Amino acid sequence: MPAKASRAAFGEALLELGARNDRIVTLDADLSKSTMTGAFAKAYPGRAFDVGIAESGMIGLAAGLALTGHIPFACSFACFIVGRFETIRVSIAYSNAPVTLVGTHVGVAIGEDGYSQMGLEDIACLRSLPNIPIIQPADEIETKQAVAYAVEHRSPLYLRLTRQNLEPVHEPTYHFQFGKADVLRAGSDVSLLATGGTVWNSLEAATKLAADGINAEVINVSTIKPLDEETLLLSAGKTGRVVTVEDHSIHGGLGGAVAEFLGEVMPTPVKRLGVNGFGESGDAKGLYAKHGLDPDGIARSVLKFLNR
Amino acid sequence: MANPDLAKLEAIAREGRVQILRMLAHAGSGHPGGSLSVIDILTVLYFNRMKYDPKQPTWEDRDRFVLSKGHCVPAQYYCMAKAGFFPESLLLTLRKLGSPLQGHPDRTALPGIEAATGSLGQGLSVAVGMALGLKMDGKSARVYCVLGDGETQEGQIWESLMSGPKLGAPDHHVDNLCVILDYNGIQLDGFVKKILDLEPIVDKLKSFGWPVLDIDGHDLAQIDKALDQAEATKGRPTFIVAHTIKGKGVSFMANDPEWHGKAPKPAEAVAAIREVLDGTVPAWAQPIIAELEAMEKK
Repeated sequence: MPAKASRAAFGEALLELGARNDRIVTLDADLSKSTMTGAFAKAYPGRAFDVGIAESGMIGLAAGLALTGHIPFACSFACFIVGRFETIRVSIAYSNAPVTLVGTHVGVAIGEDGYSQMGLEDIACLRSLPNIPIIQPADEIETKQAVAYAVEHRSPLYLRLTRQNLEPVHEPTYHFQFGKADVLRAGSDVSLLATGGTVWNSLEAATKLAADGINAEVINVSTIKPLDEETLLLSAGKTGRVVTVEDHSIHGGLGGAVAEFLGEVMPTPVKRLGVNGFGESGDAKGLYAKHGLDPDGIARSVLKFLNR
Repeated sequence: MANPDLAKLEAIAREGRVQILRMLAHAGSGHPGGSLSVIDILTVLYFNRMKYDPKQPTWEDRDRFVLSKGHCVPAQYYCMAKAGFFPESLLLTLRKLGSPLQGHPDRTALPGIEAATGSLGQGLSVAVGMALGLKMDGKSARVYCVLGDGETQEGQIWESLMSGPKLGAPDHHVDNLCVILDYNGIQLDGFVKKILDLEPIVDKLKSFGWPVLDIDGHDLAQIDKALDQAEATKGRPTFIVAHTIKGKGVSFMANDPEWHGKAPKPAEAVAAIREVLDGTVPAWAQPIIAELEAMEKK
């Protein structure tokens, strides 16, 4: 399978699911070309709504559609979705309106557009709200299954998607399970917990670390909330050292969730890799290198963390 | 509706004012001014307009009601109790620990509440979405949304005001939606005109593409007639600007920003209730007065 952006896989999955389920509707705020709902809109024009650059209104509309039995996907860049936090908080979460909020263009990996377009705090914001699970798939096959899950999941949900292409990390036989992290590489010296765009990089880093005699376990945490505590405890109990890797602020994201949980249940040293501060314009590769999220950077941080 | 029983509706609204004052005195906090300004509108909606079944609150063909100005929910709670959604005794649990009668509407706590509101400016978008959803399903059910004038200062309201008349075209115009502005002219900090004026609101709405009806929001016949007109209007949703008086029915509350968000003390509630009842206390109201007088003595 070639590399594919999770937003592209999302668009393909919606088109396919839309043929079987006429309750699915999409809402966009003038970014449908970027969120990849265009094919769905073309195939089912009466079920796709571009509401203009009015994200709060879009989220409220989605709530109303959900409360009358439709299955809405409300889509925009992740930063613009959580920018309407208060509408999400009351009209989606508190009302228990079964809307899937789709936030694309996450992280510094979007590159040249710079910080104002980067979803870097979305996980932190939505982790604080009751009643909204967070899913970030790592490749095409997982994305498509996560979208199918979102159609069936009759409560609020947040789907976090990348602009950039993602190398496949799963076999075609992979079966996505909501709430379940998957161990992609078993290891005994350190647990690398990654999500979305940093999963493949973490696998590459593990290969590099193996050359240094370090056997890293790599876990894809696609359901960030609720956290798969069982898998996390098993892994951290075995390795005694945890490193989280995410293209998101180091505050309140996957790293925050893991550190909070382990701190209460089984205190374990945790190193959080991610973005500390604002993002900036640049090429994606250069930005990943700068923030230490490329395979070399991850491997370097792990070595330092393990005092090697 | 043809020939509304105005005397019956007037009696319900009058009892509503009594129950609002009673509930708020028991709760010790809440919003009397706006609850008293909106009660006539809600009375006509609940008792001469909307289709619903209190025994089946999720009946799929029901009309939907969204109180975007969620802080005035005591008026809605009264109507719901009167309509049979829950026993009247529950009204006295308003704002108390464990009560489904939250200070602002909670959809998941109380069957019959269609959307959580109270964070101002959100209800209209949700109502537009509901209207669209019903239209897409070919339902004849209607959606009613009541806005506050203060909350109409919110940007999200104007996003929906822009989209409402055009959304769903050409097949699913949301002409099943009727928006009613409870235009009492007062918000928490003072007079709407002074803080962030909505005027000329009718011209603004018309320029956005809304058919607008300008009415007296305390005249039950006018309210009913406007709702008829809204129902007869095809191709676009309707906006009713209902001019009201904050604290209507109680002279010491009327038109006074002080009473936006302050509950009456039991003795104040008794004085207010006597005024609402015009000096003659009917049998049903006597225990309410007695109960409030006993509270005052404590």
